[in-house]
Amino acid sequence: MSDATRAEVCIVACAEAFRGDGEIVANPIGTIPIIGGRLARATFEPDLLLTDGEALFVANDLPVGVAGAPKVIEAWNPYRMMLEITWSGRRHVMMGATQIDRLGNQNIAGIGPLDAPKVQLLGFRGAPGNTINDPTSYWIPNHSPKVFVPQVDVVTGIGCDRAAELGPRARFHRIRRVVSNLGVFDFETTAHTMRLRSVHPGVTADDVVAATGFELEVPEDVPESRSPTAEELALIRDVLDPNDLRSKEVPA
Amino acid sequence: MADKRATEDEVVGELRDGMTVGIGGWGSRRKPMSIVRAIARSDLRDLRIVSCGGPDVGLLCATGKVAEVVFAFVSLDSIPLEPHFRAAVESRSVSTVQHDEGTFFLGLQAAAWRVPFLPTRVGLGSDLFRAHPGLRTVRSPYDDGEELVAAPAIELDAAVVHLNRGDERGNGQILGVDPFMDDLMLRAARQRFMSVENIVPTDDFLAEGPVESLRVPRHLTDAVVEAPRGAHFTSCPPDYERDESFQREYAATAKSPEAWEAFRTKYLDLPTHAAYLAQVGLS
Repeated sequence: MSDATRAEVCIVACAEAFRGDGEIVANPIGTIPIIGGRLARATFEPDLLLTDGEALFVANDLPVGVAGAPKVIEAWNPYRMMLEITWSGRRHVMMGATQIDRLGNQNIAGIGPLDAPKVQLLGFRGAPGNTINDPTSYWIPNHSPKVFVPQVDVVTGIGCDRAAELGPRARFHRIRRVVSNLGVFDFETTAHTMRLRSVHPGVTADDVVAATGFELEVPEDVPESRSPTAEELALIRDVLDPNDLRSKEVPA
Repeated sequence: MADKRATEDEVVGELRDGMTVGIGGWGSRRKPMSIVRAIARSDLRDLRIVSCGGPDVGLLCATGKVAEVVFAFVSLDSIPLEPHFRAAVESRSVSTVQHDEGTFFLGLQAAAWRVPFLPTRVGLGSDLFRAHPGLRTVRSPYDDGEELVAAPAIELDAAVVHLNRGDERGNGQILGVDPFMDDLMLRAARQRFMSVENIVPTDDFLAEGPVESLRVPRHLTDAVVEAPRGAHFTSCPPDYERDESFQREYAATAKSPEAWEAFRTKYLDLPTHAAYLAQVGLS
């Protein structure tokens, strides 16, 4: 019944990752996660704090990629303050990952050996601090065995095995969700390995398994990811992403 | 009363081979590019660059000034990866010491406070310990006994920052929304150099911004350089945004040595910031 695109389903899946978070900073990174975070606040999670992508907390439903869009500024949040919020635990970040493995370790630093990278990527950025301090989710717009790998080359964001080794020192570690262009994943298994939580409409569990470079936990009945409601679709199309940047990240 | 006005070349004349130099700004934002270019055309070498990295890092790597980069990220923002930095690391012409943004922040704070480290959870369990040789943990001396990361002080021989306004005595004003690590770098450094868009009378500061914009009191600076458009091609709001087309041109030069040499001849082998502004059509 829904005429939602894959990108719009991904937006709702990202929004769902923030359900229940209450009055904390939601820090989605990437076009579709940002629209998702803003959609969550505009609908079922009204107390979330969200930035303008820079150093301000903005109270209104800001469209992505619209220069000069009016902002209702509710607080100042420069770079150093965001780090302090991270350490306080009042934040849920959704990061990207060049590689992610079965236990949720993330790599954004480099491909190949750490001391002689074949490809130098961004660096550790804030990933170690994010994952040891706060709930973390990931967004992967290009689900493939190159991204979902058996073992990441460099652990920037720490996975469930690293957290388990740390014991109580990792008591704030929580990987909430992984959302990709094919489905939604979590680590709610006995061994804290990645589980297929839902497949997006038009995708089968077999498609996901084929695109994943490690053994994925696949339940017998995999539900379909929730499609946007009419209200959500209108918010996405008319308010939050009027220029359809979402289709550039996940083409129809 | 000290008049701290200086030129880019006078600032560079204070630097020495092998120094650890902190560069302010963040990514491709509010970088002290006129001083960075002056370093690039100098004889300095083997610098250790500490930066929330952007084209400052790439440009100094590409001109052979750098032995080591201390960083949590290097990015051009609108172009996610810095191609000249990538090339330098992948060809192993520079070495790296990697940080989480948190250990980077705390390391500068520790240096500013003259303590050897600050404790944090940031880095536990990650490969930061492999990417940052010498990084250690510390055990809490209190009843909790928790083991934490000891983010080591990042002491700077020199810091170089670019602000919106300054006065002759070396007070500085940030009119943009984010001070980044700039004031902290000045506190963490032995020699402190600030370029500004405009040098104004002290009494004029509050005409443009609130008292909270006066982030740099003059005891934190040794010299002030007036460099209008001094952050070009990075952004310096509210004075100007990033020059995206120039940035694309800069990034594209990483594709071939010939393109880089042409860029270098055209934009870097110039005697002064004024000559650069004339070359890019901004004077």
